[in-house]
Amino acid sequence: MLAFNFFGATEGGLFDINATLPLMAIQVVALTYILNSLFFKPVGNVVEKREKFVSNNIIEAKNKLSEVKKLEADLLTQLQSARTEAQRIVSEAENESDKLYKEALELANNEANASKEKARLEIESQTSAARDQLSKQADDLSELIVNRLILEK
Amino acid sequence: MFFNSLLTNFAALEVGQHLYWQIGNIRLHGQVFLTSWILLGALLVFISLGTKKMENDPKGIQNLLEFLWDYIRDLARTQIGEKVYRDWMPFIGTLFLFVFVSNWGGALIPWRLIKLPSGELGAPTADINTTIALALLVSLSYFYAGLSNKGWRYFEYYVHPTPIMLPFKILEDFTKPLSLSFRLFGNILADELVVGVLVFLVPLILPIPVMFLGLFTSAIQALIFATLAAYYIGEAVEEHH
Repeated sequence: MLAFNFFGATEGGLFDINATLPLMAIQVVALTYILNSLFFKPVGNVVEKREKFVSNNIIEAKNKLSEVKKLEADLLTQLQSARTEAQRIVSEAENESDKLYKEALELANNEANASKEKARLEIESQTSAARDQLSKQADDLSELIVNRLILEK
Repeated sequence: MFFNSLLTNFAALEVGQHLYWQIGNIRLHGQVFLTSWILLGALLVFISLGTKKMENDPKGIQNLLEFLWDYIRDLARTQIGEKVYRDWMPFIGTLFLFVFVSNWGGALIPWRLIKLPSGELGAPTADINTTIALALLVSLSYFYAGLSNKGWRYFEYYVHPTPIMLPFKILEDFTKPLSLSFRLFGNILADELVVGVLVFLVPLILPIPVMFLGLFTSAIQALIFATLAAYYIGEAVEEHH
């Protein structure tokens, strides 16, 4: 039989329960307080401080990232509007110059046509004048010839 | 008596022999206190070294201690719950560390080389007094946790979910410390005996895998003890709806 001794019956055995039990309990309770002040509190403070630090940093970084994204989008829209504005200005200028070119061209054409017309008219009038003169001279000449022929007779 | 003397003398193992200290009227198992003081002293020295200069970038021992702290916090948090685990973390952690250091210290240090007038040094958890002390502390703490958190409503737990459970729940209050203490005691003592017998019979090589197995069971027992203690406390503070 394994001796099952309670509080100092016979001595020895595996199940010899005595004052070791309450003293060990007190020792473990004391150890709990010692470990709490030596180990759990200080290590917990350090670990939790670091966890807080890390999570704060993560939140801050996330905020910054979203801010950066917002700014990026902002800049992108600004860039877009600047581009369309530039395009608009360029096309406007092109139109303007085109118009000016056409106007100048038309003006020059008109002028050229007008002077051409004037020259033609002048030529025509001179031609007709010359023709008139020529026919008058021919008339005079023929009259002269007729007169001389008549007089000789 | 025959079995006892057989067990006592078998393989020159001293089972059930104690180094008695007599203080006034009370008697103590001296070998249990001697080994526990040595091991706990070593633990406290180790912890003091690790927490002497705490830095934000943990190095060396501080790293190990932080890992340990994190491990104990996770254990306490999963078993007890987010609300009150902070109050009980030191107790659960102390149980874990005490049992773990005792088990491993008993298995790793060749105590047998130190001769005592009677009995022999070994794991403090291989003594029934130690394990019963731990188990009773767990019982007291879960009662205290339940009563301090929920007042008299703690006793609703006994009739939850139906009053039929009452006798079983009352019985549980006795079986919990009994199973806690005997599981730890039996495992550690059996491990010490198996290793002792094997070392006596075949001193070379063969005991080594058994020793490793012993280290494994020792660690597992520490984890089981702490987990169950935390679970009982968690059960006591849990709110039923």
